[in-house]
Amino acid sequence: MIKVKDISKRFGKVKAVDTISFEVQEQENLILLGTSGCGKTTTLKMLNRLIEPTSGSIFINGKNITDEQPETLRRGIGYVLQNNGLFPHYTVAENIAIVPQLLKWDKKKISDRTAELMEKLHLSSDYLHVYPNELSGGQQQRIGLARALISDPPVLLMDEPFGALDNVTRAAIHKEFKALDELKRKTIIMVTHDVQEAFELGDRICLMDQGKIVQSGTPADLLFKPTNKFVKDFLKDQRLQLEFKAMRLLDIWNLLPNHHKETHTSPLSAHTDLWTALEHFKFTDSETVCISKDKNELKTVGFEQLMSAFNQYKNKQGHE
Amino acid sequence: MNEHQQTLLEFMQQQADKLAVQTMQHIGLTFISLFFAVLVGLPLGIIIARKRKLSGTVLGFAGILQTIPSIALLGFMIPLLGIGPKPAIVALLLYALLPIIRNTYTGITGIDAAVKEAAMAMGMSKWQILIKVELPLAMPVILAGIRTATVINVGVATLASFIAAGGLGEFIFGGISLNNTNMILAGAIPAALLAIIFDFLLSLVQKLNFRKLKRSSYALPVVLLLLSSFYFIPTAYGSKLTAGFTPEFMGRQDGNLGLESKYGLKIHTIVISDAVMYKAAYEKELDVISGYSTDGRLKAYGLVVLNDDKGIFPPYYAAPIVRDDALKKFPELEKTLNLLSGKINDSVMTDLNYRTDYLHQSPERVAKDFLVNHKLFKPARKSNEENIVRIGSKIFGEQYILANMYSMLIKGYTNYDVSTKTGLGGTKICFDALTNDQIDFYPEYTGTGLLAILQASAKTINEVTKNKDSTYNYVQREFKKQYQISWLKPIGFNNAYALMMREQQAKSLNIKTISNLKRYLNSK
Repeated sequence: MIKVKDISKRFGKVKAVDTISFEVQEQENLILLGTSGCGKTTTLKMLNRLIEPTSGSIFINGKNITDEQPETLRRGIGYVLQNNGLFPHYTVAENIAIVPQLLKWDKKKISDRTAELMEKLHLSSDYLHVYPNELSGGQQQRIGLARALISDPPVLLMDEPFGALDNVTRAAIHKEFKALDELKRKTIIMVTHDVQEAFELGDRICLMDQGKIVQSGTPADLLFKPTNKFVKDFLKDQRLQLEFKAMRLLDIWNLLPNHHKETHTSPLSAHTDLWTALEHFKFTDSETVCISKDKNELKTVGFEQLMSAFNQYKNKQGHE
Repeated sequence: MNEHQQTLLEFMQQQADKLAVQTMQHIGLTFISLFFAVLVGLPLGIIIARKRKLSGTVLGFAGILQTIPSIALLGFMIPLLGIGPKPAIVALLLYALLPIIRNTYTGITGIDAAVKEAAMAMGMSKWQILIKVELPLAMPVILAGIRTATVINVGVATLASFIAAGGLGEFIFGGISLNNTNMILAGAIPAALLAIIFDFLLSLVQKLNFRKLKRSSYALPVVLLLLSSFYFIPTAYGSKLTAGFTPEFMGRQDGNLGLESKYGLKIHTIVISDAVMYKAAYEKELDVISGYSTDGRLKAYGLVVLNDDKGIFPPYYAAPIVRDDALKKFPELEKTLNLLSGKINDSVMTDLNYRTDYLHQSPERVAKDFLVNHKLFKPARKSNEENIVRIGSKIFGEQYILANMYSMLIKGYTNYDVSTKTGLGGTKICFDALTNDQIDFYPEYTGTGLLAILQASAKTINEVTKNKDSTYNYVQREFKKQYQISWLKPIGFNNAYALMMREQQAKSLNIKTISNLKRYLNSK
């Protein structure tokens, strides 16, 4: 879907982005992860030509993006900013309608689509006629998302979209983000410096440093098969939690004892991550959890058994 | 002064016509220049917000314009654009430019970068970003700049009257030169009110929220144009000839008021400063001007004085005035000073003034040449240092020449020594120096003695100004009685107020007197 080939960007003598290449598949969630100044935002902004690369080329759906007028290109790509960038002099409704106005939609179509998105994003339609500064940070960020989604662009670029939110609001929005069907259909490239966020939302992660991609792969790849010390160190602080989150029950399915006992609770899907399964013990007070694989295979396991399977899995990865 | 002290309100009522005209001109001048300043400043501000490298140069240049004293800026405009509204508007425009450019620049560059990035990322073109995002968001700051510019313009526009562009400055500066407080206030209070009212109205516009602003932004240019058009309302009526009078002349009974009441003269009049008036007449921008009958510029610019056939200008015959005790102390003084009496008529004095003012000859040389030509000059005798005659003079050319002549005569005909104290600031300073025994004599004019020193009542003035002799006799008698000062014999010339025209035009229209002028203006 998106193909980035050997792009570089220099600002004077500084190489912000140094000949990087990557590809994003359709409906994939790619995270550009790294510390400030690693070139991740510059990379993102080159995708909709807010910044023009010094060299290299970018293809979207096989088409070189420089073949198109930048304005036309941008109208077809959703963009969400960290500080939401809502127009303070426009109402919520007007803010959401900016791109459709540019695309010259008729009024009915705009208002129908706006109402649809407001509902999906759990925003009351009362907010349509207020100004952004009357809303909370989380609400503003959702309006920013609605504005990017309104014309249903196939590609969505997100520059630290949840960076300005407090932890509680962020966790809530993460949950909604994962549940939103609109987003499941989209190819998303998201920039963040938050490792937790990257692991939670990303299908694949490109870890960047000093304008280069250090490693690119699934969260589990980065955790269990780091290519160098930088990657290992980068994830060190939150390693255990990340590992729990990165590991799906499916990964350790074979290491779990083949035992099943009927319970009243509905079983967890094997696609659930280990973290959620462990949380299950904490919140339900039950000593076992039931896991289902492909609806028909069921296993009932306790905390000890999950942890032991996890350790076995890690040891195996280490020896490969 | 008049019989009773006129109140400000009475003055304003009496001058309501003029006040209305001046106020409208003032509003007009302010807003025409503001309109053009916005037209120039707004795009400039936008350009330097886009190309920041230019901002230092442009803002620096506009800042320098701001530091030029307003009266000097108006002066610079005269050689380029002449007199009248054009140079005034350009000067005001230049003043209004800085706040508008600076605030446009600050307003646009101060917009949240995320908002601009969002606008761009959503696919707005540069033009769309400017119209839909940058200008609306910068508008409160831009309006603040326009507000500052408006208040500056209302203030500076008072100076426009110096170059015949009208406005409330006519009253203010007329009042200052006439020492008429009512007149000053009649100009200054409305000017201040205008500044306060416009500042208040613009502050209301500034407080409108974005939504209302969107609608009112269309109305703003219309309102600006409407207010600008005020300037043209008073000038819609005109006459065949244009007169330029000094602010002082406009307000004096022995000036424009007298022209209106005694001659019934109605002429399209603009108010102009003395410094540019003669030149403007020479350059045919004005046809009739007020001036002094012995001014050297009469000769320099080919102007003639119109005969005051109904005698509204009191005679200003020059004669030395001497303290009586000085006459006793220097017995030969009176005889010597009278040597000059009757020797200098109007045209001779004009010529002498022309030499000092235009040919830049020294007053000393001009005085000596004159005395030699009239066989009055004698080389200086040996002086007796104990007896020093102190001569005073006022601060203009004519008086310097006279003081030099008297000095040479005293040195040549008597044994007294002479010291001159020339350039004494004005009538009051000269006269006080005389009464306080700081000088012994100086040349004074009968009209000044009557009006400025004796401050005679209107009735007396009317009676004694009928002819030159009665004025002379009156001041001579009163000075003797009140101050023990003697008026010696008149020198001969009359440096009075006068109306003047270009010689050529006056000849071709056959205008010799003020009555002729009125007849010409009334004829179809």
